[in-house]
Amino acid sequence: MIFDSSYDVAVIGGGVVGCAMARRFTLEGAKVVLLEKAPDILTGASKGNSAILHTGFDAPPGSLELTCIRRGYQEYLEIREGLGLPWLKTGAVVVAWNEHEAAQLDALEARAKANGVIDVRQISRNELLEREPNLSPKAQAGLVVSGESIIDPWSAPLAYLRQAIENGAETRFSTPVLSGTFSGSTWNLVTESGPIVARTVINCAGLFGDIVESRLLGSAGFTIRPVKGQFVVFDKAATKLLNSILLRVPTERTKGILLARTIFGNVLIGPTAEEQQDRERATVDRNSLKMLLERAAEIIPALKSIPVTAVYAGLRPATERREYRISFHPAWQYAAVGGIRSTGLTSALGIARHVFALYSERGSRHTALERPLWSQTANLAEHCARDWQSPGYGEIICHCELTTRREVEQAFAGPLPARDFGGLKRRTRAGMGRCQGFYCSARLADLSRGRLVDPLALEGRG
Amino acid sequence: MKQLWVDVAIVGGGPAGIAAALELRRRGVARVVLLDREETIGGIPRHCGHPSFGLFEFGRLLRGPAYARKLADAAFAAGVEIRTRHTVVAPREEGHLEVATPEGILAIHAARTIIATGARETPLAARLISGDRLIGCLTTGSLQAFLYLHNLIPFRRPVILGTEIVSLSAVLTCRFAGLQPAAVIESDPWPTVQRPWDFLPRMLGIPMYFGAEITDIRGNGRVQSVRVELADGGVREIACDGVLCTGRFVPEIGLLTNSHLTVDEGSGGPSIDQFGRCSDPQYFAAGNVLRPVETAGWSYREGRRIGGFVADDLSQGLPNYVRSVQIVRRPHVKLVVPQRVAMPLSSEGLGQLQLRFDSVATGDLTVEADGQCLWRRRIKARPERRFLVSLTNLDGASGADVITIGIREN
Repeated sequence: MIFDSSYDVAVIGGGVVGCAMARRFTLEGAKVVLLEKAPDILTGASKGNSAILHTGFDAPPGSLELTCIRRGYQEYLEIREGLGLPWLKTGAVVVAWNEHEAAQLDALEARAKANGVIDVRQISRNELLEREPNLSPKAQAGLVVSGESIIDPWSAPLAYLRQAIENGAETRFSTPVLSGTFSGSTWNLVTESGPIVARTVINCAGLFGDIVESRLLGSAGFTIRPVKGQFVVFDKAATKLLNSILLRVPTERTKGILLARTIFGNVLIGPTAEEQQDRERATVDRNSLKMLLERAAEIIPALKSIPVTAVYAGLRPATERREYRISFHPAWQYAAVGGIRSTGLTSALGIARHVFALYSERGSRHTALERPLWSQTANLAEHCARDWQSPGYGEIICHCELTTRREVEQAFAGPLPARDFGGLKRRTRAGMGRCQGFYCSARLADLSRGRLVDPLALEGRG
Repeated sequence: MKQLWVDVAIVGGGPAGIAAALELRRRGVARVVLLDREETIGGIPRHCGHPSFGLFEFGRLLRGPAYARKLADAAFAAGVEIRTRHTVVAPREEGHLEVATPEGILAIHAARTIIATGARETPLAARLISGDRLIGCLTTGSLQAFLYLHNLIPFRRPVILGTEIVSLSAVLTCRFAGLQPAAVIESDPWPTVQRPWDFLPRMLGIPMYFGAEITDIRGNGRVQSVRVELADGGVREIACDGVLCTGRFVPEIGLLTNSHLTVDEGSGGPSIDQFGRCSDPQYFAAGNVLRPVETAGWSYREGRRIGGFVADDLSQGLPNYVRSVQIVRRPHVKLVVPQRVAMPLSSEGLGQLQLRFDSVATGDLTVEADGQCLWRRRIKARPERRFLVSLTNLDGASGADVITIGIREN
């Protein structure tokens, strides 16, 4: 296949950053193509995270990361109604479990305020237990960060890219970028689906960012060192056991393990932080999962008797340095967005604005769309109206998550259809509930025939 | 919102729910509505191809689908109002059920409601098994739905986890569909159910590994192999294209999550008294939602009895009770159903306590009321084996605050 049109911008990578990037550049009037090596978006780092919209209260002061988190947070709130995206402002509490940790809350509060997050306050043990009655009485004190929120980690990027497409962006899936040459004015990208010509390339390739950069520039300015995070998701019976996102006092090394409700009505605990070489395989292991379960029961003892619904692992594209690695090379008409470790879900919109600012400073001019199209994303959040509440849904396919046939059909329709089972699950919740497909997997296999790259059924019995 | 007023609403159209509906109609209860979220009633037997159903109910051995059809026909003939594709989302106080239907949300007001939502197997995730999460990981129930309801084949060479009765059904289902299991893996050093696990797999040429654990599941989109740590510490890589998790049944109580009804930690199902009454006496429960897991025939008989208690309750009221006494589980007792008994024990209701044990133990199974022994018997307890204790043994407990039941090892 040969695509003969040329683009202003080629965005490489369909994670949350790439989706936000495609949206920003499209809205600013650029002609954008997004290239993704997998059959669907969100198959790498953006697949498994903790689904939190961060305020940036504990981000490094003065960092680019903080700027992008703050801008991303703000823009999410500005656009969420227009795109039909959910937002549940649960607030977070940094819980101090001993005197040593309690002594650090002052500094954390000061950092939050310095970071522009002013809605924070320390609370006593009594107030903490009043706010979180199921919390272990071993808790000593807390720092409340009211703005911390939970969102749907998959509908957001989906909505970003869909809005880009509705306003003229194009996408190429199953299209790894193999190499590229820069002529001095345009890039000629060699992909598995043929050549792509674009004036500017923005590398949002996440876990493969350094590899893509080497392929294009001959060497990479950063090295990806994947960090795996495992999570356990509890049954929806757990959701009444906590109100806030419960955080640890951060250490030098990590933000630590958090316990939070999900927008879908579950409770999750994680992530672990395990360095590994492999950029694709994120496996769970029993010992880590058991450790997470023990940790959860230490924080909220009643979680001990709540069944596990799901377990998952995600990879963060960390680099050799603990900071965002965003660079723009005007001579090469090339930008790289690397090292977006764990705050990318929040910061993606801010990162896109930042990169666009760098791009336009260097003289690239477009006319922003005067009246861009906005459309609503299918809601999967438990606290908002779900599809099963409106007549005409056909039948309920996934009984645990109350996914309707209409939702499944819609997931296969439109400009960004689900192309693998993970994509279908992320778009509909089907199979993600407590029975993990006991009741619905065969029906889903039937409904998804001919739609998925890895079909759920090998063949019919004839 | 549409409203519906009924005498009895039954949630779940499997053997227990249908049996309860039949009994209620036989007793002359006018408006009995059977709600099922699937397209057809019949429950799990709809996709059990093996012929071991119906001897008690219909006097002959039937395959699951035929049995399910006969039950459905009987319900229809008895004047039960059958409503399929009706999902009860939330049972609320005063017998108000919020129901999702393709035509919109329906509010059902039921004088009594019977919860008969059955049980399901524990999937891979909740077993905390290491490895990738890939296509090809199923439970026996879902495999049977692939084969019998949709004519689809999910894999050709699965590894089977577990040696319960249902695991046998999984092996036979595979054989029937021409699938060749790559291995059977059991984490215990012995099979959960002794016979015929001691000879059948060898007969069928399926390798068996006891005391073994899956330590990794590998593949590319779909399962390609599992790594198994063997009892002797060795490691084996087994090529396969699926992982079939069998058994470890749990009650299906999605609709009770965050409802006002009390769920028992031991059984995982709603807490009941000897009449099947839940913590809210307008609600009853019957069948495998009460405890994992009994046969379809058992569930049917239980459904009939509890349907009868509901009819009693509607006509003259169940025996008024001053109070109910909680039954507390002691070591080795995994579950006891009913979880409390209405006192005095003038009427026995179900007549028996159903027990399951969580470990192997030998000793005196002892019922005590306020520390005083009411009954004891020497037993050898084994996990997943049913044990029954007659409620007449609890007669002396009328004045007690608490009844305990457990094994005293000696």
